[in-house]
Formats: sequence, structure tokens, C-alpha cells
Amino acid sequence: MHALKTSARPVSQPYLQLTNITKRYGSFTALQSVDLTIHEGEFICFLGPSGCGKTTLLRVISGLDIQSEGTVIQAGRDISGLPVSHRDFGIVFQSYALFPNLTVEANVGYGLTSRRMKRREIAARVGELLTLVGLTDQRRKYPPQLSGGQQQRVALARALALSPGLLLLDEPLSALDARVRLRLRTEIRDLQQRLGLTTIMVTHDQEEALAMADRIVVMNAGRIDQVGTPLEVYSRPATPFVADFVGKMNFKRGRLGPDRRVTVDGVELVYAPDPDLRAQPGEEVVLCLRPEDIVVRGISETAPNRLAVRVLSMEFIGNHFHLRLGILGSELVLEGDLSINAVRDLSIEVGRGLTIALPPDRLRIFAQGTGR
Amino acid sequence: MRALPDAGTRLRQGLSSDDWTLRAGILVILAYLTVTLLLPMSALLSKALEDRSGAFVGLQNFARYFATPSLSNSIGNSLFVGLVSTAICVSLAFVYAYGLTRTLMPGRAVFRLLGAIPLLVPSLLPAIALVYMFGNQGYASGLLMGESIYGPIGIIIGSVFWTFPHALIILITALSLSDARLYEASEALGASPWRTFWTVTISGARYGILSAIFVVFTLVVTDFGVPKVIGGQFNVLATDVYKQVVGQQNFEMGAVVGLVLLLPAVLSFLVDRIVQSRQGVQLTGRSIPYAPKANRKVDLALGGACLLIGLAIVSVLGTAFFAAFAKLWPYDLSFSLRHFDFDNMDGGGWASYVNSLRMAGLTAVFGTAIIFIGAYLVEKTRGFRAGREAVHFLALLPMAVPGLVLGLGYIFFFNAPGNPLNFIYGTMAILVLCTIAHFYSVAHLTAVTALKQLDPEFETVSQSLRVPVRRTFLAVTVPVSLPAIRDVAIYLFVNAMTTVSAVVFLYSPATSLASVAALNMDDAGDIAPAAAMGVLIFCTAALVRVIYTVLTAGLLRATQRWRHR
Ligand SMILES: Nc1ncnc2c1ncn2[C@@H]1O[C@H](COP(=O)(O)OP(=O)(O)O)[C@@H](O)[C@H]1O
Ligand SMILES: [Mg+2]
Repeated sequence: MHALKTSARPVSQPYLQLTNITKRYGSFTALQSVDLTIHEGEFICFLGPSGCGKTTLLRVISGLDIQSEGTVIQAGRDISGLPVSHRDFGIVFQSYALFPNLTVEANVGYGLTSRRMKRREIAARVGELLTLVGLTDQRRKYPPQLSGGQQQRVALARALALSPGLLLLDEPLSALDARVRLRLRTEIRDLQQRLGLTTIMVTHDQEEALAMADRIVVMNAGRIDQVGTPLEVYSRPATPFVADFVGKMNFKRGRLGPDRRVTVDGVELVYAPDPDLRAQPGEEVVLCLRPEDIVVRGISETAPNRLAVRVLSMEFIGNHFHLRLGILGSELVLEGDLSINAVRDLSIEVGRGLTIALPPDRLRIFAQGTGR
Repeated sequence: MRALPDAGTRLRQGLSSDDWTLRAGILVILAYLTVTLLLPMSALLSKALEDRSGAFVGLQNFARYFATPSLSNSIGNSLFVGLVSTAICVSLAFVYAYGLTRTLMPGRAVFRLLGAIPLLVPSLLPAIALVYMFGNQGYASGLLMGESIYGPIGIIIGSVFWTFPHALIILITALSLSDARLYEASEALGASPWRTFWTVTISGARYGILSAIFVVFTLVVTDFGVPKVIGGQFNVLATDVYKQVVGQQNFEMGAVVGLVLLLPAVLSFLVDRIVQSRQGVQLTGRSIPYAPKANRKVDLALGGACLLIGLAIVSVLGTAFFAAFAKLWPYDLSFSLRHFDFDNMDGGGWASYVNSLRMAGLTAVFGTAIIFIGAYLVEKTRGFRAGREAVHFLALLPMAVPGLVLGLGYIFFFNAPGNPLNFIYGTMAILVLCTIAHFYSVAHLTAVTALKQLDPEFETVSQSLRVPVRRTFLAVTVPVSLPAIRDVAIYLFVNAMTTVSAVVFLYSPATSLASVAALNMDDAGDIAPAAAMGVLIFCTAALVRVIYTVLTAGLLRATQRWRHR
């Protein structure tokens, strides 16, 4: 697994520590020996395709499902076998699970009324929470009368009512339409930072994870493939899976040569030194390159990986162009993303020739099969 | 440092006080169902294997049963009556259901209401009405062309009448669960309407039809009210049980007949379970419900058929009303209330009516509470699968147990001298317990269905907020499930008012019930008062339904305000 080299916020004492978590359903293994350390105040995203075990891991942390093996330590306390009600977290589900027959106020105050709090104190705290999520004017409404985004906020306020040490969000935005989703992204992130609240959010939307998280935990078939900041995960994916799942990527098979060279479809390319690479010269490898990393302007005569190409197709995506580029004299075809400016300045058209360069430090190379 | 648990040892989660509460609840419900269902049924089983002195005799009673033609002939009689009634009833109900769901014939709402009427009457009432229609002095006896209504003909007509709504409900559901896309495909392929009817409609509803066939057959064979009133010398299994136990005090033979009666019910139960599991996958979330188009010919034909069926239902009920209020049928047809002077007849008088009201009320209140809480525990307890599944199984068991058989089991179990619960024998309590057990399954399934529709995370959220499960149950689950709770309560009340089969063995002079009184008055020859009592039961059930709906509509408006956007 990828070692944790940098963290957004180096804090001494880990807040949540998962060790060797395995979860089996009968003969099916939903989580396989998961280790994870989370620091106080971090915003963590579990990212991965549907069915990879994100929700399962979240439910293990909350105690809603009990792991088959492994330990969970929260704030120095071993909570591995504790029932849900003995743990310290607030949770928001994809469905929100708001009580439909109770007003917004009653929903938010639901956890408060069973503690020994005076009515006045409860009302004050509920008011505070509703202000926090900006719903003061909706307090007497019932959840079905609210919009999706508003329901979301009520669920958030309810989860925060008992001032939990850990906030768990399971795909909280996926039921909302795109515009609301964008707004709530920022709101949730701001709120989390204001409260300094350790938060774990499950999502299958890489954009969401990249935009919100301090660190992203990329999961694949019950395992963690990579843990890192959004930038790390995006620019230095630890496995082909991560490379494929986060952002767009050219995948090409090639063979490693000597002197940091790699041959792909007869084209020889230079790559930058990479201590993580586990392949020997002569072995088959997978080469990855992000479409937006293809350079088309200011290419010097001596630039490495300088290639003459023909534009095979062009597609206007909205804020950029997506091109298929055929390397002259070979079978190799690369996908490239170019800005509208570049296309205009270089008068790029389908069928025309073009010179491109592939920066060696942008090429990612993985040994066949085993990840790195 | 890694703290690895030993390989192979499963990590166990500690139990919160909520978990303990729920598990304790499961155990209580389990004990309740064991006492009110499992033990009586096993008492019946062992009784069939004993002789009069209580010694074990193996299958001797069964051998004697099959060697006695006067008894074993009833099997053939029951089969005959059951098969013919089922064929007629399911065919009529199919036509009726087809008209309601697949056409735009006029008056569908009225027809729907009419079709449900027989649910509100005790099964002996249509039999009594048939006596007035086709008996020796009946106004339509000519239609029978010399045949007697007392015997198989009467049993069949009466059975078809009161089982009609049961088949109707199943078939309406089956015909509503159809996918419009299949019809469009069939039409596009150029199939004739007739071919489409067979390949799409019938085949799509086949599970429902099968289910209806088994349900109706079981109801007919295990019913006791109709053959008792109009069976004459034609013996069937259900009347044999009664004769053996009440007439001859031959409990062992009663138990044997009861077990024979159990067979079709168990079979039908198994078929129904299979059908239910098959039908579930027929409709996917993508299906488009079928919307009937206007078709004058079809609408008229089915409208006419439904009108005839509706008229038959109304005329049976109308005859019962007429008989109840006519001074002296057929000589003096002037209006009179003299048949309602129950206190001067055998059977328990007005007190039995009051008892019935009390019994139905208690059954509705306690039954609804017990059944809903039981369903909640089955659905919402975490872990403890064995306990949950045991409760669910026991809850479905009554569907496979005819009322007569259950009642017999109650005699054997609660009347056993050594039983510490012997004291409830002959009280109102045993009637209520037995009636709750008798109608447990449908109510349980209604509650489970409603609970399944709730967000499963309600409980989870409550736990994370450290709110005890009890509070969420009362503050959220119950209010949100109120419509289903109301349906369960009405179902239990109406059935408790009309049932005869189980309680006929269990009432005492102090706890006689209206439906039993009607039976006894009919037995004593007071047919008009028996009709009057039946009519009274119908009116009560109908009235309670209306009142309850109106009252709870107010309550629902108050508690379900959230439903309106
Ligand atoms: N209660 C369960 N029983 C059996 N399999 C389960 C159960 N819950 C989840 N799984 C399986 O575990 C895998 C991971 O599920 P989940 O954690 O919900 O995925 P996701 O990453 O989409 O949240 C899936 O393949 C799912 O089918
Ligand atoms: Mg999930």
C-alpha cells in the first residue's frame, strides 16, 4: 500500500485508527485487512466505485455493522466491540432518514430531548444548529415539505446536535441535483472547517472527493489502493486502478527499455526517475498519461518526447476540446484535452498535423498486473 | 501495534440496553405464540393419538376413522363441495376483478364496495338467506326444479357467496400487477385480443389465480357456518368435527377429523408461500402499470356480468334483511322488530351481542398491539436471527390452521386439568386469545409490509443520537404506521364479530357470542331471529368500519399532516 508521505495537517496523535479491518458476509469478503489512520479535524473522503466497500467501512466505524476482524480505536479508546449507542459520532445517510412526522425543530432536537436538558436549553441549542445550517425560517415545517437540499441540512444539523467527535456522511449529496450539490459541497466543507470536526464522507464521485477532502482514501474491491491528498491522488496515482478511477487517463501497453526509456507501439519515450516503479528493463508495463498533460505550445527543438501527430478527431466538450491524436509513423493513438485558446491560436483542425510533447515527469509507469 | 484477534474467533459486538430490550421482547412474543398457538396445536396432535383414558394408541383412531364409512364419506363430500364451490367462486371473482381492473365499465367504485360486503357477515347468514330464497317456502324455490336447497347445492351457493371477496382481493391484486409493455408487445406482434388474453392476462395472473383457488378451497372445506345451517343430511368434515366434539363428546375422533381438515389448509399455505415468492419477481421497478382503454363492447359485457353478480350479492343480503324485519314470513310481511327480541330465545340473548362487541373490541385493541409490536421486533431487532425467524414462522402458522382445528386445540390444551392456565377456560380471555391467534397471520403480514416501507435508518439514527428505541417506536414508528395499524384493527374487529369456527368450542353460557347465538337459534328452529342476529352483526361491522374510518381520518389528519406537501 502507498505509504503516507505527506498529510494535509500533520497532527501528532491519530484520532481514529483502523487496524487490519476485515469484514465478511458469508464467503464474500467485503473488506480485506484495511488499515487507516485519521487525524483530528481532517476531512476524509472514501472514494471508489459502487460496491467496493465504502459504506461497509463507514458502518464498521460507526458500529452499525461489526467487523469480522480488526480493531477500531477512536480518541485513544478501543471501540471495536462497542454497541452503536456507546460510540461518539453523528451520521447522515443518503436517504437522510429524517422523521417525516416530526417538524424540522423536533428532528434537530430529537437527540437532545432524551438527555436531562431543560426545555429552554434545548430550544436554544436547536436554534443555534438551525442558524448554523441556515434553516431558521423552516423550523415548523415537516421534512416532506422541504427541498432535497434543505432536508440534507436538517439531517446535518440533527447529526451535529450532540456535538459528536466524528461526523460520518454516506453519499450525502448523491440524491441532489447538480446545482444544489455544488453549493452544498462548499457549505459542508466550510461548516466542517469552522467546527474543526473530524469528518468522513463516502462518495463515488471523484470530483466531489477532489474538491472537498483533506485526504482521499481510494478503495477498490474491499481494499485501500491509495491514501493521499487530492493532488497526490490525482497526479501520482499509486495503482492503475486509481489512475483510471480518478480523472481521465490514456492507458497504453509498452515495454520497459534501458535508460528510463519505454517503447509503446514502436514509439520510444523517456520517463522521469520513479523510485516506486517495480519493473525491470525488458518487462511489459502500463503507461499512463493524463489527456491534459499533452503539451502543444512552446515546444523547443530539443524537448524530450517530441512527436509529430495528426488530429484524427475533435470534440467540443464545453470548456475545452477533446482530441484523438495519431502519432505519425506508428499505431499509437493518444487522447488529449486542449484549451479553446490553444485550439484557436494553433488553428487546430481535424486532419491537420501538429507537434506535441509528453513531459517525462507526467508519464506514469506501472508494472503489469500488480499495480506498482 | 496490531492487536489481532485469534484466527477463527468472530468478533462479537457488545449489546446495548436497546438490544436487550428488543431481544427480551422477541422472547416474550415467542412465549406468547407458543402458549396461544404451538401448545394447543400439539395438544390436538397428541389427543388424536390417545384413547379416551389418555393412553397412547398410535394411529388406532385413524384406523377406526377410515373404517367408519359414516365418517370417512365426509372426505369425499367435502372434496366435492370444495372443488365445485372453488371453480364457481374463482371464475365469478375473476370476471368481477377483470371488470374492475381492466375495463372502464361504469360504477366500478360501487361494484368494488358491493364485492366486499360478504366480508362483513358471518358465513351462516347467506345460508339462512338461502333457506328463505330456495327453502320449502322460499320465494324462488321453483328455480331449483325439485332439488332441495338443504345439501350440497345450498352449501355450494352459500360458500361461493362468503368466499367471493377473498378470491376477489387476490385476483384484483394479481390483475393490477401487470405490465402494460407486455400488452403493447403482444399487440405489436399482431396477436388477436383472444390470444393476448390467454398469453398475457391469464399467464400474468396465474399465480394469483392459483393462490385464489387454494385459499377459497381451504375456506370452503374448513367453514362450518354454511354446512351447519343448510347442509341437511349431507355431512362434511367441518360439521363432523362439531358433531363428534359437541354432540358425542368424542374428543379423540374430533381431533382425528381436525387433523384431516388440517391437510388442505397446510397445502394451501405452502402453495401460497411459493406463489408469493414467485409473484414478487414478476414486476420490476421499470414496469409500467396497465391502463385500460375504453372499449364499448367489453365494457358493456363485463358491466352486465358484474351487475348480475352484484345483484346476487345484494339479493342474498336483502333477503336476510327482509327475513329479519318481516313479521311472519311468508304469511305476514309487515315490518316488525319482534325477531330482535333475543332475550326470549335460546342462544344467549342480547347479552351475547354485547359479549361479541366486547370480544371484538378487546381483540382489536390487544391483538393490534401484540401483532404490531411482534412485527416490529421481527423487523427491527439487530442480530438474534433464530429468535426473529421463529416469531415470523409462528406468526404465519395460523394461516395454515382452520379455526375449528385451532378451537379444538384450545379445548385440549387449556382444559387439561394440569394446566396452570386452566382458569381462563370459559372466560372472555380465552375467546380473545383464540381469536387473535386465529387471525394473526394476515394482520402480521400487513404490519410487516408497512414496517418494511419505513426507512431502515430511523433506528440507526436514533442509536447514534443515543435515544432509546422505545422512544423512537412511540414517537416515529407508530405515528408513521398509523394507517396500517388502523387496517389491522378493523380487520381484527370485523373478523372477531363474524367468526364462529374457533369460538364455537370455547364459549360458556356467560360468554356466548352473537354469531354463536345466531347458530344456536337457527339450530333451535328460530330462523328469523338467527337472520336478525346475522343482520345485526353485519350492521355493526359495517358501522364500526365507517365510524372508525371517519374517526381515524380526523386522527390521521392530525398526525399525518406531514404527508401533505
Ligand atoms: N448485509 C450484506 N450482506 C451481504 N453482502 C453485503 C452486505 N452489505 C454489503 N454487502 C456487499 O459488500 C460489498 C460492499 O458494499 P458497500 O460497502 O455497500 O459498497 P459501496 O462501496 O457501494 O458503499 C458489496 O458487494 C455488497 O454487495
Ligand atoms: Mg454505499
